[in-house]
Amino acid sequence: MNLFGFLKARGSAPVARERLQILLAHERVALGPRDLVTILRDELLATIARHIEFDPEKLSVKMERSDSVSTLEIDVEIPCDKFVSRTQASAA
Amino acid sequence: MSKVIVVTSGKGGVGKTTSTASLGAALAQGGRRVCVVDFDVGLRNLDLVMGAERRVVFDFINVAQGDAKLSQALIRDKRIDTLYLLAASQTRDKDALTTEGVERVIGELRESFDYVLCDSPAGIERGALLAMRFADQAIVVANPEVSSVRDSDRIIGLLDSKTLRAERGEQMDKHLLLTRFDPARSNSGEMLTLDDVLEILSIPLLGVIPESKEILRASNLGAPVTMNASGGQAALAYLEAARRLRGETVPVAIPDEKKTFFTRLFGRRAA
Repeated sequence: MNLFGFLKARGSAPVARERLQILLAHERVALGPRDLVTILRDELLATIARHIEFDPEKLSVKMERSDSVSTLEIDVEIPCDKFVSRTQASAA
Repeated sequence: MSKVIVVTSGKGGVGKTTSTASLGAALAQGGRRVCVVDFDVGLRNLDLVMGAERRVVFDFINVAQGDAKLSQALIRDKRIDTLYLLAASQTRDKDALTTEGVERVIGELRESFDYVLCDSPAGIERGALLAMRFADQAIVVANPEVSSVRDSDRIIGLLDSKTLRAERGEQMDKHLLLTRFDPARSNSGEMLTLDDVLEILSIPLLGVIPESKEILRASNLGAPVTMNASGGQAALAYLEAARRLRGETVPVAIPDEKKTFFTRLFGRRAA
């Protein structure tokens, strides 16, 4: 008998909870009132996609607020071979 | 002051009609003047659950369209004399209800009742939106099951955007009523726990109604469970939820649930 068996997740309810949390996080963004970060994300996506080919999933936009200062962190992952500006490519 | 409360869920079959009837009866048993209103045009069932199916002459649509007076359409309960029913139409098209008609009828009901409970149809279509439109407060009925919780989340979004209160920039009070809860299965990890659902939906709790044979028996007999099997766990849970609706502080007791150290220590958040 495993002494630590009680630490293992029992049943399927924890799976249900996790699936719901992930799903609803997405749906709230898609269906709910749009917050600033969502608007920024959409506009950044459109701007970057005009110039560089990239995977929209690889764009992360985070905003952190503290009392004295707020930071906006934009992180875009672009594969090496795609790092050719579309405008340059069309000019060539 | 009169309160209009919508009982809604998004998903069908989770217990909106049963909860409307039971909470309505419980509030009326406490002496309040209560009207339960069926918004499910074409698929009405509140009359059946209330045991008044053979007494419907005029309905909500007749009143909304001006073909009957409200006093002609209200059906007084035979057991509790402060409890009334306004039935939905079974034959008319569901588009027969207009926003203006509903607004006028709700306004009239506010003048005569302490509580107006609106039983919403399932879905997120016109009927459901009309049922929530003029409400001051919402009861979101959910089962501890993924599809129900997802749909409840969607309904909460609509309550915060498509109601008159939301459009005026006012807060819509929303409370969770968790129904068909099975403490044993939840304890063994087979079913979402109350805390899981509360955490995911993040609205305050109105009550937890245990899965119970009393509920089916009550609808078989056409007598809301609070009138019928007094003393049963489901009846007790509805009676306590009704007291919380009236603003009393009643701790949420989950029947048969083994209390963990933390819940025993801190109790539970209640409406």
